Amino acid sequence: MMSKIISFISGIIFGVGLSVSNMINPEKVLGFLDLFGQWDPSLIFVMMGAIIVSAPVFFLFRNKNKPLFADNFSIPTLKSIDKNLIIGSGTFGIGWGMVGFCPGPAISSLALLNTYSVFFVLSMLGGFLLTKLVDRIIIPTQ
Amino acid sequence: MNIVNFTPQSAFFGGIIIGLAVIIFFIGNGRLAGVSGIVNDTLVSKQNRTDNFLFIVGLVLGPIFYAFFTKINIPFLITSSLPIIISAGFLVGIGTKIGRGCTSGHGICGISLLSPRSIIATIIFMITAIITVKLIG
Repeated sequence: MMSKIISFISGIIFGVGLSVSNMINPEKVLGFLDLFGQWDPSLIFVMMGAIIVSAPVFFLFRNKNKPLFADNFSIPTLKSIDKNLIIGSGTFGIGWGMVGFCPGPAISSLALLNTYSVFFVLSMLGGFLLTKLVDRIIIPTQ
Repeated sequence: MNIVNFTPQSAFFGGIIIGLAVIIFFIGNGRLAGVSGIVNDTLVSKQNRTDNFLFIVGLVLGPIFYAFFTKINIPFLITSSLPIIISAGFLVGIGTKIGRGCTSGHGICGISLLSPRSIIATIIFMITAIITVKLIG
């Protein structure tokens, strides 16, 4: 029960943070990505604010026995810089630059009842499912 | 390069709030608040499905609560055409799934953990995004 409340509250706070920083707004994000034009450096400050809070906490807690409401900490153990990481991140960046939406803000912006957000999110879900399907055909999943 | 529309205070403050969400999720549930992973898992995995779904519901409620309590109209503008939006959504879905993370998972959580994978991923998606804006902007 507590883990569900934590998930819900974390989601709300995350959405508030995206609103306060206005990262929910694709136009604002595109301003950051327009490095060679009219540049808005705000996104760097958003990342700095978030990292300054989370990095020390990760450092202090990651080697503790367990979180408050789960059996263990789940932190990805992958270490290698592989082809998937590079191709995937490169592809994601192209999509991000086309509209100014990454997954968090896109989902959060559904609150604003904009039809374009709905189309973006549905296409993104389509992308997840398509990748899973292709993955299953090409590489038998573990 | 001209610097325009720069809002360092609200950006930094909003970032701190996002950081709070990340640490609450981590200390409480032991998990990283990477949104692409949470959304993808809700879709394809039974594990923690209710938790994941509630995180997403919260993510949508956040801006509603913010606008309601502050009486601020959240600035929001999309100028892209529908075909661009649909293609972009697909690329973001495919890319974050293959690259195992997005701006929150790699850019905030992974960098906070000093993960070399996440640092590389963040540099790559920033570069391809900046090039994309340069080409189509």
